[in-house]
Amino acid sequence: MVSQIVKEENQYQAAFRQLQQRTTASDVAWFGRLRESAMDRFEQLGFPSVKEEEWKYTNVAPITKLTFDPALPAIDVDSLATSTELARFGYPEAQTSQLVFVNGALRSNLSSLAGVPAGVVAIDLVEAIADAKYGELIREQLARSADYNANAFTALNTACVSSGAFILIRKGTELESPLHLNFVSDPSAPNSVSFPRVLIISEENSRATVIESYAGTNDAAYFTNAVVEIVLKDGARLEHYKVQRESVEAYHVATTSADLGPNSSYDSTTINFGARLSRHDIHVKMAHEGAECWVDGLYVVSSDQHTDTHSVIDHQQPHCTSHQLYKGILDGKSRAVFNGKIFVRHGAQKTDAMQTNKNLLLSDEARVDTKPQLEILADDVKCAHGAAVGQLEEDELFYLETRGIHPELAKNLLTYGFAEEVIGKIKVDSIREQLDEAVLNRINARLEA
Amino acid sequence: MLEVRDLHASINGSPILKGIDLTIKKGEIHAIMGPNGSGKSTLAKVLAGHPAYEVTKGQVLYEGKNLLEMAPDERAREGVFMAFQYPIEVPGVSNAQFLRLAYNEKRKHLGEEELDPLEFKDLLKERAKIVEMDASFMTRSVNEGFSGGEKKRNEILQMAVLEPKLAILDETDSGLDIDALRIVAGGVNHLHNSENAVVLVTHYQRLLNYIVPHYVHVLAGGRIAREGGKELALELEEKGYDWITSSVTGSGSSAVSVI
Ligand SMILES: Nc1ncnc2c1ncn2[C@@H]1O[C@H](COP(=O)(O)OP(=O)(O)OP(=O)(O)O)[C@@H](O)[C@H]1O
Ligand SMILES: [Mg+2]
Repeated sequence: MVSQIVKEENQYQAAFRQLQQRTTASDVAWFGRLRESAMDRFEQLGFPSVKEEEWKYTNVAPITKLTFDPALPAIDVDSLATSTELARFGYPEAQTSQLVFVNGALRSNLSSLAGVPAGVVAIDLVEAIADAKYGELIREQLARSADYNANAFTALNTACVSSGAFILIRKGTELESPLHLNFVSDPSAPNSVSFPRVLIISEENSRATVIESYAGTNDAAYFTNAVVEIVLKDGARLEHYKVQRESVEAYHVATTSADLGPNSSYDSTTINFGARLSRHDIHVKMAHEGAECWVDGLYVVSSDQHTDTHSVIDHQQPHCTSHQLYKGILDGKSRAVFNGKIFVRHGAQKTDAMQTNKNLLLSDEARVDTKPQLEILADDVKCAHGAAVGQLEEDELFYLETRGIHPELAKNLLTYGFAEEVIGKIKVDSIREQLDEAVLNRINARLEA
Repeated sequence: MLEVRDLHASINGSPILKGIDLTIKKGEIHAIMGPNGSGKSTLAKVLAGHPAYEVTKGQVLYEGKNLLEMAPDERAREGVFMAFQYPIEVPGVSNAQFLRLAYNEKRKHLGEEELDPLEFKDLLKERAKIVEMDASFMTRSVNEGFSGGEKKRNEILQMAVLEPKLAILDETDSGLDIDALRIVAGGVNHLHNSENAVVLVTHYQRLLNYIVPHYVHVLAGGRIAREGGKELALELEEKGYDWITSSVTGSGSSAVSVI
């Protein structure tokens, strides 16, 4: 087993060497060094095992066993996917404000930025690194929020970045349309791997909505290893939707890391529907006064899917507010993990933190491990947390049935209602509709009106 | 329409209903009264088909069919309706969605065309008038955050949409303010006709001033202890239940068949 993992790690290393030779941005010395050092760290850490507390319930052995093609998402190899094939992964609100990535590489011919105002930079990350206008700024921020020393997958992603997005929303800029980062895996070769990397910097008093979505063109096994870093400056507001609808055979491991500036607001909603195995680490750091965040999510899994969310909301300074609502619906033999830590550091007075995780089990074989954790070192705070795992209530079902609704439909309706609390808060109509439909499809009901 | 014969039912092994006989004909209004815990809601829920209750003896015929063999949703589509004493909240499902779904299930059952959202909206608007319910309640989740009285009114809105043949209203008057009681009672009277029947479970004579029953049954200890016309309710208001419950103790079978 150990030697197997080592072998696989070597494979990643071989791929890494190839990549180092190929990418032009490696010419930028600091970037080359960053990747070297991340690769070193990955080799030291190795893939995590279930013996580690943070990975107790999620066994990544299937990922390490993937004999993926070390020809990393080649920037120069065109994928087979056409724009019509990819159209179904877009959102109408972002038709003229989307970056499309195929197997991790930005495809400008499939992207459109016509609707993006001046004051917003949305370009390939690796190109931006080589660009004198942005190089220094990126150097300051890249790999600062998402610490690759602590997480092997973040290290691997950092070492293997070959494309991605650099989003800069300049001071005071307000985006009307959402900006869509559309990551599509088109695994024409089996077991392909992609390393999406995003850096978003929202400058002072800017306002924007970013959609980050993941999907696969077919049901093949592939591995997405994504890292998204977000920096909000003074008074910036960002609405962030992450919609993970990978193929049912895919592996998805992602880190979202956000640093909140003074009086900034970060409103994130993470939807996990797809992938055989998904793991999402979301880390929100509130190191300045007056910041507010919503860190919400919904996971809907069935058959033998496994989904794991590890969330850290770190209140380091006074007068910050955090809200967290994560809901899960599990069917079949699926399994979910929710680990939510809220830290309230010394001196973070007047912190207001609220965390809830609710799970609905539709089958006797599904299982949830939920662990909300509060660690409070300040004394003048308002904090509450709770977790629940339950089944549909007999009395609720009966109530619907007494109105003539078939038992199956009644179950579906209640399940739909359970998801609505999260879906209903989504402000981009087409995402909400897509998710309504996905939940309804999953539960096979139809609702309008 | 409904024939209940020697109905016994228990929950978790404890017997609650101990031999109920009740005959209801179309066009009639019946009131069921009785002290707390006497089994009124149990009777209503057994008739609606609540799975937690076990019928241990007796039978129920609804329009000549064995009601007890039918699933709760089937009973509903056949025209049995119960307004809950404690209506359930259904978060995330709007009142309009829910009502349209229920309404269309019934239409399908009757072999009629389903109504699309727009058509249904018109129907709902018209039915909402019967209980003077504001349009804002239609987009809200079913009963979620409704006040006690609003929930009761919403039950009667459901009745107005579904137009049941047999409506069993379990303490719909409890929790209604004076104006709401008048409106809800007016709604029930509006919906009642010679082809359907209404059973009112209530503690208060006041409701019966608005909806005048043809018969009053008094439940005590899981049995019908006394029956009569609308005057019986007035008598109860005056004397309480003591004189009935004490007279029923010891007498073996106390059920009196109506008509
Ligand atoms: N799960 C249960 N297990 C045991 N006893 C129960 C259960 N549910 C109800 N009962 C009992 O059944 C009896 C009848 O209850 P029911 O709700 O039918 O009374 P009711 O006549 O409607 O009273 P009220 O006027 O207070 O509404 C009560 O004594 C109640 O405690
Ligand atoms: Mg009762």
